[in-house]
Amino acid sequence: MNLLSCSNNHCVLSSSLVAATDPPLKNLKVSIGVPRFGFGHRNGSLRNNHRVSKIVAYYGLKNPPYKLDALEPYMSKKTLEVHWGAHHRGYVEALNKQLAKNDVLYGCTMEELIKVAYNNGNPLPEFNNAAQVWNHDFFWESMQPGGGEMPTLGLLQQIEKDFASFTNFKDKFIEAALTSFGSAWVWLVLKREKKCLAIVKTSNAVNPLVWNDIPIIGLDLWEHAYYLDYKNDKAKYVNTFMNHLVSWNAAAARMARAQAFVNLGEPKIPVA
Amino acid sequence: MALRTLVSRKTLRTSSLGLRGLQTFSLPDLPYDYGALEPAISGEIMQLHHQKHHQTYVTNFNKAIEQLDGAASKGDASTIVKLQSAIKFNGGGHVNHSIFWKNLAPVREGGGEPPKGSLGWAIDNHFGSLDALVQKINAEGAALQGSGWVWLGVDKELKHLVVETTANQDPLVTKGPNLVPLLGIDVWEHAYYLQYKNVRPDYLKNIWKVINWKYAGEVYEKECP
Repeated sequence: MNLLSCSNNHCVLSSSLVAATDPPLKNLKVSIGVPRFGFGHRNGSLRNNHRVSKIVAYYGLKNPPYKLDALEPYMSKKTLEVHWGAHHRGYVEALNKQLAKNDVLYGCTMEELIKVAYNNGNPLPEFNNAAQVWNHDFFWESMQPGGGEMPTLGLLQQIEKDFASFTNFKDKFIEAALTSFGSAWVWLVLKREKKCLAIVKTSNAVNPLVWNDIPIIGLDLWEHAYYLDYKNDKAKYVNTFMNHLVSWNAAAARMARAQAFVNLGEPKIPVA
Repeated sequence: MALRTLVSRKTLRTSSLGLRGLQTFSLPDLPYDYGALEPAISGEIMQLHHQKHHQTYVTNFNKAIEQLDGAASKGDASTIVKLQSAIKFNGGGHVNHSIFWKNLAPVREGGGEPPKGSLGWAIDNHFGSLDALVQKINAEGAALQGSGWVWLGVDKELKHLVVETTANQDPLVTKGPNLVPLLGIDVWEHAYYLQYKNVRPDYLKNIWKVINWKYAGEVYEKECP
């Protein structure tokens, strides 16, 4: 497993954006419970080593980097409450339940877990839950209050390089979102091999990590993401995302980090 | 009851195309009011589901068929192939939802009444009891990841009942060419979200109160006389 590709990109963002939680609880296996995740832990059961130590939690539900009503009026508090509080939480709990039964997959970072569970296209049962946990973390962090407008500096330059203009990128992104079928996601990714930005559609829980690409922006197109606010008007939701929600700050941070792994520009070394 | 069918543009199309008459599809009427299935399915959901979602499938299906016709008459093979996913998705959506509306009925018109006759017997033989069938369908419907349908179908060759799921708008026939749908339950989020939010199992539990077994029985008797 290539360790470079497995690092936890939550850490980069969490210092500035995230209100609460720790990175995946890698070393938690035989230790204290973390009550704020909602998993209790009785004091007695740790002291007796001959008793089987009860694993409390593998992954926690991370808070979005803003209050649940901060994205109003573009994404309602109600939507955040159900989408984050029920759907996202549901995926975390389902994943923890699966790992409790079979924790041979425990010990990975979330990104490693997703790649292993994807199993090259023949996904293991853990894949759906793991990927959806990651996808939703990424989604909340892809938005911000007062989002929209345009990227700047290096990210804008790269977009203009790979899409001719920002307007063209925006049109293509919206088109990709509107031509997706069923439950899907649309991503702006940095392709590792091709060393360029691209727009990628995926279905259900699949995300670009499985192809070893680096996601920069993610948009949830499952109906639960927009139905309470926009009913069937997916076009309005997607346009609102681009105009008022997407966080180019987060995208720029991810881009900056991605450049540690992908060499985007050959320096212009003059031929002697 | 107000007519909700879109006027078919068939006559206009025939005359503008001249030689070829192209069949256009239109949104079928619901045989009951939008609010008639409450409280199992809310009137708001029924209206959106029928007037927006199903209508969109019909509209886009007609568009795709028209483009297909154009490509076919020009011999444009790659466009013909490219259109297949839009045809499968939108055509499937139209086919599936047309069956779905017939699978539902208000309680006062027999919705929820258990199947009688040969279908009732077949269910007991194959699944043990109606309850067992319902549990199986609900389990498969709840476990379906993403969007799709859960079906009770009959294999018209082998004459036995099957429970199957399909993804997105794939019709039941994509799971087996001899499969005929008797009953389909839409488990796309738009089918239940406004009322049940993420609790799909509750939707599946309640929808049986308005399932029209009469229609399913009629289809079954036609395939297995």
